[in-house]
Amino acid sequence: MTFKEKLIQNFIEEERYKLIFKGLENTLIITLFAVLLGILLGFLVATIRSTYSKTGKLFILDRICWIYITVIRGTPMIVQLLIMYYVIFASYNSKIVVAILAFGINSGAYVSEIVRSGIMAVDAGQFEAGRSLGFSYAQTMIYIILPQAFKNILPALANEFIVLLKETSVAGYIGLTDLTHAGDIIRSRTYEALIPLLAVAVIYLIMVAGLSYLVGLWERRLRASER
Amino acid sequence: MSDKILFEIKNLSKSFDKLDVLNNISTEIREGEVVVIVGPSGSGKSTFLRSLNLLETPTSGTIEFEGTPITDKKVNIDEYRQKIGMVFQHFNLFPHMTILKNMTIGPVKLLKMDEEDAKKEAMALLERIGLEDKANAYPSQLSGGQKQRVAIVRALCMHPEVMLFDEPTSALDPEMVGEVLEVMRELAKDGMTMVIVTHEMGFAKEVATRVLFVDEGQIKEENTPDLFFGKPQNERLKEFLSKVL
Repeated sequence: MTFKEKLIQNFIEEERYKLIFKGLENTLIITLFAVLLGILLGFLVATIRSTYSKTGKLFILDRICWIYITVIRGTPMIVQLLIMYYVIFASYNSKIVVAILAFGINSGAYVSEIVRSGIMAVDAGQFEAGRSLGFSYAQTMIYIILPQAFKNILPALANEFIVLLKETSVAGYIGLTDLTHAGDIIRSRTYEALIPLLAVAVIYLIMVAGLSYLVGLWERRLRASER
Repeated sequence: MSDKILFEIKNLSKSFDKLDVLNNISTEIREGEVVVIVGPSGSGKSTFLRSLNLLETPTSGTIEFEGTPITDKKVNIDEYRQKIGMVFQHFNLFPHMTILKNMTIGPVKLLKMDEEDAKKEAMALLERIGLEDKANAYPSQLSGGQKQRVAIVRALCMHPEVMLFDEPTSALDPEMVGEVLEVMRELAKDGMTMVIVTHEMGFAKEVATRVLFVDEGQIKEENTPDLFFGKPQNERLKEFLSKVL
């Protein structure tokens, strides 16, 4: 079989390209919403934890956050996904929602540590300047500390989301057709491993490269104030 | 100077772990006074100043601001900090905001001032210090002296009743000290109540209405500048002045 015939067999016959598109769509949906959930959880947890270490307030919440981070970082992603699907949401049908929750909750733990390091790295004088003007603790966080922390952690945050995008490739474990699973289905039908898996790899690579490029642009824009 | 007391400080003490930094300080600061605090490093003068707006929480003692005991836990300190401007050694301008935004964020968010009015007022203040062309620049584009002048007018935008200065010229190149002191001199001339921790003895002599010597966490001597520098009584102060003058 020539290369061209193999391409036709793997992508055109039985409209298999549609499988790839469906998988890509699911991968993107899971990643997008998991990123949003991860950011939300991450900023919340980081704010609670750094408030505790700066002021000694919110002790109980700090302990809960600590347990969350320890458990999530201490167990494999696949195990968390399987527990979510077969135990916690055993009676719930939407695989994609379960996947979003599992990946989002997982990412939140990593994001929170990134954000916390960003908050702690902002000069203590910034905090004092905000408070001395009369801003409350929360206002100082929102207007003065978090914007500066965000700028410092953007590269690390982008890295975390690139990892997340690729980590969604284990979604096939709960029978969800993401991009990787789609490629694997084609492989099992055509007995041709190289072409579908290479196609999948190239699509991931293009997405990651595109994401890196966009983050680079954004970073340069945020750095405008440091010229 | 009026008879109105702004700060009434009674038996103020502060310790960090076992180290006593402030030891039973009592004094008062009246409206219109320019109080300069001098003393050796580590004497507690900065801690005393920072206690006045509760950036440091006293271990014991009370501070009243216009009759309100702000050291009381029930008092919302944020409200009072709006009336107490503060200028830091390291300027602490917000690096992610333009100069104009640095100046207007307080009035807009806290005093609920109209954005346009706040901008107009900030521009007028920038003109007074000759930096109106820097309104849309970021702090990193300014020299140290310019940053500190902006930090002063940023505090002024909140219409404070008193201004605290924590070694405002210590982090500056020598040639930039003058421009910052000039702004402070103007401020004193306008009748602003000021409490200043500084090593600029010439400035203290010229502008202060009262000078305090703080050593070992206590006020060892306080007097008018003439007597303070001309006829110091305390032995430690005599020694200190002989080294710095």
